[in-house]
Amino acid sequence: MPHDTNTPRSFQEIILRLQGYWAAKGCAILQPYDMEVGAGTFHPATTLRSLGTKPWAAAYVQPSRRPTDGRYGENPNRLQHYYQYQVIIKPSPPDLQELYLGSLAAIGIDLALHDIRFVEDDWESPTLGAWGLGWEVWCDGMEVSQFTYFQQVGGHDCRPVSGELTYGLERLAMYVMGIDHVMDMPFNDPDSPIPLKYGDIFRQTEEEYSRHNFDGASTEMLLRHFEDAEAECARLLAFEPEDPKSGKRIVMAHPAYDQTIKASHLFNLLDARGVISVTERQAYIGRVRALAKACADAFRQTEAGADL
Amino acid sequence: MPDLLIELFSEEIPARMQARAREDLKKLVTDGLVEAGLTYASAGAFSTPRRLVLSVDGLTAESRPVREERKGPSTSAPAQAVEGFLRSTGLTLDQLERRADKKGETFYAVVEKPGRAAPVIVAEVLEGVIRGFPWPKSMRWGNGSLRWVRPLQSILCILSDEAGTHVVPLVVDGIEAGNTTEGHRFMGNGRFTVSGFDDYVVKLKRAHVVLDTAEREAAIWQGAQNLAFAAGMEVVPDAGLLAEVAGLVEWPVPLMGRIGEAFLGLPAEVLQTSMKEHQKFFSVRNPKTGRPDSEKIMGFVTVANIEAADGGAVILKGNQKVLSARLSDAKFFWENDLRVAKAGMGEWVEGLKAVTFHNKLGSQADRIERIAALAREIAPLVGADAADAMRAARLAKLDLRSAMVGEFPELQGAMGRYYALEAGEKPAVADAARDHYSPLGPSDAVPVEPVSVAVALADKIDTLTGFWAIDEKPTGSKDPYALRRAALGVIRLMIGSNARIPFLRISYLPLSRRVVLEHHSGSPHKPEIIRKVRDLGLDEQARQLQGEMVQAQNDRYRDDFPQLREIAEAKLEDLLGFLHDRLKVTLRDQGVSHDIIDACLAMPGNDDLTLLVKRATALSETLRTEDGANLLQGYKRANKGRAPLRAGGRQQAQRGRGGASRPRHGRDEDRAGDGGGGFRDGDGRDGRASCAGGCLLHRRAGEQRQPDRSAEPPQPSAPHPGDLFRCRGPEPDRGLEGADQGHVALPSPPCGGGRGWGGWSQGREPPTPIPSPRGGGEARGV
Repeated sequence: MPHDTNTPRSFQEIILRLQGYWAAKGCAILQPYDMEVGAGTFHPATTLRSLGTKPWAAAYVQPSRRPTDGRYGENPNRLQHYYQYQVIIKPSPPDLQELYLGSLAAIGIDLALHDIRFVEDDWESPTLGAWGLGWEVWCDGMEVSQFTYFQQVGGHDCRPVSGELTYGLERLAMYVMGIDHVMDMPFNDPDSPIPLKYGDIFRQTEEEYSRHNFDGASTEMLLRHFEDAEAECARLLAFEPEDPKSGKRIVMAHPAYDQTIKASHLFNLLDARGVISVTERQAYIGRVRALAKACADAFRQTEAGADL
Repeated sequence: MPDLLIELFSEEIPARMQARAREDLKKLVTDGLVEAGLTYASAGAFSTPRRLVLSVDGLTAESRPVREERKGPSTSAPAQAVEGFLRSTGLTLDQLERRADKKGETFYAVVEKPGRAAPVIVAEVLEGVIRGFPWPKSMRWGNGSLRWVRPLQSILCILSDEAGTHVVPLVVDGIEAGNTTEGHRFMGNGRFTVSGFDDYVVKLKRAHVVLDTAEREAAIWQGAQNLAFAAGMEVVPDAGLLAEVAGLVEWPVPLMGRIGEAFLGLPAEVLQTSMKEHQKFFSVRNPKTGRPDSEKIMGFVTVANIEAADGGAVILKGNQKVLSARLSDAKFFWENDLRVAKAGMGEWVEGLKAVTFHNKLGSQADRIERIAALAREIAPLVGADAADAMRAARLAKLDLRSAMVGEFPELQGAMGRYYALEAGEKPAVADAARDHYSPLGPSDAVPVEPVSVAVALADKIDTLTGFWAIDEKPTGSKDPYALRRAALGVIRLMIGSNARIPFLRISYLPLSRRVVLEHHSGSPHKPEIIRKVRDLGLDEQARQLQGEMVQAQNDRYRDDFPQLREIAEAKLEDLLGFLHDRLKVTLRDQGVSHDIIDACLAMPGNDDLTLLVKRATALSETLRTEDGANLLQGYKRANKGRAPLRAGGRQQAQRGRGGASRPRHGRDEDRAGDGGGGFRDGDGRDGRASCAGGCLLHRRAGEQRQPDRSAEPPQPSAPHPGDLFRCRGPEPDRGLEGADQGHVALPSPPCGGGRGWGGWSQGREPPTPIPSPRGGGEARGV
């Protein structure tokens, strides 16, 4: 890959350029959600905010955890903790594809030199009760992003439709910078007084969490916490909307949704621990989906999620 | 005579949907135009990833005026009649014409529809087509409510003739039709105006878009071949991939690369599948180094959508890098799998015990054992060695646990063959791993090697009996376990192997066993019963099971057995009906008329599909000859004045079946009299049949122990050999006391459980001599 002055020099430079680009396009640059999630889509800024008619535009980095993908830091591009960059705009603007291509140019991909394709990829999240149509975006045969028009979330039709972009940041950055092993990727500028590579920051944690995910985590505790989260979610949603203390109408959609996120991550951990059988799997997914749907129902009762 | 050009420009249309969309657009628009009174000379539809295009030549400028005349009631008719006529015509009384005729005066409604201009009609038709387009999956976007496969961005719709070009006035969900479009996403030069189809094609090409899919396919194939030839190699043809790739690019630019040395040792299937499925690469092989058992894949052709400034060097490098990563994974899987294979695959055997096949049908390991038992039984019927068939069945699905198949499910079977060979199995046994899934579709070949045939049949029969037993049959368009395909597979395998396979006899045990297990699924005895049922080999099972079941009589399930038997029989009957329905379609496609099929289905031995097909074909051929015609004539003459035998038989047959208990499985069936006679009561009494030694188990006995019995006239006395249930008689308990005798001689009708169960092998006209399941009935039958 020819490197010109436009090519970013570090992982963080790619993130910063994306942040700058989407900020310039009018997105609110949010911060990562402060809970363990499997993908940027779980951030309430995407799941909940894609419901209702209120316009919305946000972009953010989301650290994401997929316990089963742990490889003790050895695999060149598989990690149990990685970063996604997420853009969500409601209603989806007519030039979203152009905007997206602009973001690729912003991180140094020369569109006259590379082969960019939109290849059919329908997205479905069984745990979120959500689906959409779109593509995976290929750059020279490499999948660098997912591009989705949300049709349904939490069992609710999306009206208007949100456009969602998800960039797999490590993979994209490795490709742009021509790096073969994720751990070798410069995290900050390689000319910094203290240059740090991705591996300097994450190799040890990948090892620790791989061991934790596959062998360490207490399955009894995880199972118990799953039950707790499930019960808590239902309990929070059962409150009367009228809050006696403030006299306001307050539906606890977000706190309940936090419990959904927890249940989802606990399920992922249980899955990594190998204690969920094939048949049970569907049942667990159904339980998380039921929570997500209940939260979506509740959010639709709130000001932010209502139809104006 | 104007020409019409329509372009529906959108974000990227999935490649797999384009061909159908072209057809639909052409048909829906031209049908709509004709319906509205326009005519046209010719029409052609085109697609690229971003556009769906229709060109209609020689369209009439306006529709012809239409004058419709309808005769109404007499002018002296009651007011209600006149009002009714007015309502139906939508006219008022003063608009009606009065015409005098012989009988007096009659109302006439004359409606004249003036001709309408083509643009108005086109706009109307196109809007309707866009709003109701039959995409397999469609979506909304932004604030709109319109559905399209991906966001629809612009509509070009023009009518052009010598006088010039006119935009058809049309707005769909805020998108206004115009006369402009754009070219290639990266190599085009903004929007341009279009004056007609020829102009459109030329300007598109200038903007780096090849409109015609066939032209893009030709360019890809030619370009790929040229690259390969230049390197002394050739491209592996793949029409499906070619069509898909042509649907992914507007300006195809083939680029060739080499596969890294480290990966050349991988099986050809692995290289090809990995490259095709993940990367949409064509495989390039070196014809000189081709091995007889596999092709030597050495390179690939990828098709870019852009002429890059550097001639595609960056693009090729990127693709190569992605491929290397993929193949590194594949190589890791392959090496790992080989280690397990060489060690005898025990790891996978263990692993499959933990994989659920279906929660009511046990694990994959359970399933494999069932298939192995069936394969052993089927083997002698298809000329295979029983031990080989059993061995092959046990190995055939082990690759489901291999890492490679985990990554590439489409390689199941192909990998199984490699691993079986590595494990030192015979080639025939190893081949069965690859071939036992076949036939997977109408175009897939049927295995011919006997071991493969035995395993393939066993696999499918196990699936069918299992799902039938637990009532998971296909309904309408839902067939999640591909049972229709399995049934067609059974038919093609039986006919293809030309073997005489009594389907009922083969299927009865697996199905009835499952019924027992299902019945006890909630009982405290389940583990015990499952173990017993599972542990019994087919040889021993007859005797042992009888003992087991007689013991079971003492417990509270005693009374269930006759009922279970009835359930199993009904299910098996239903399953055979399902196979027959499939077979009927096959035979009809071969030109055998439905009455011949029905006649043959009504004959004894109708569970032997090979026999059934032979009969139907022979009868069909005979009736086409002069003799056949004369025979029919004579038969008709002889029957004149008599009650029609056939019709009577049919009615009876339907009554005998209880009228309605057989469900429909698809839309292609006309159930009436389609072989129900084969199941009808032998003696017409109350839906009960005498066993007559003709129930399934007796025929089984007839074959195994008493070769002649089955040819005897009805004699309800032979013991049932290997049934989980008793033949049900008026006093079932009496027959269940003797542990040694499966089937105590009972007063007729001992086999009366089930709607005409005893009629399995009985013909339409009782008492028919029962042919042996393995032949003998054929000549007599036809």
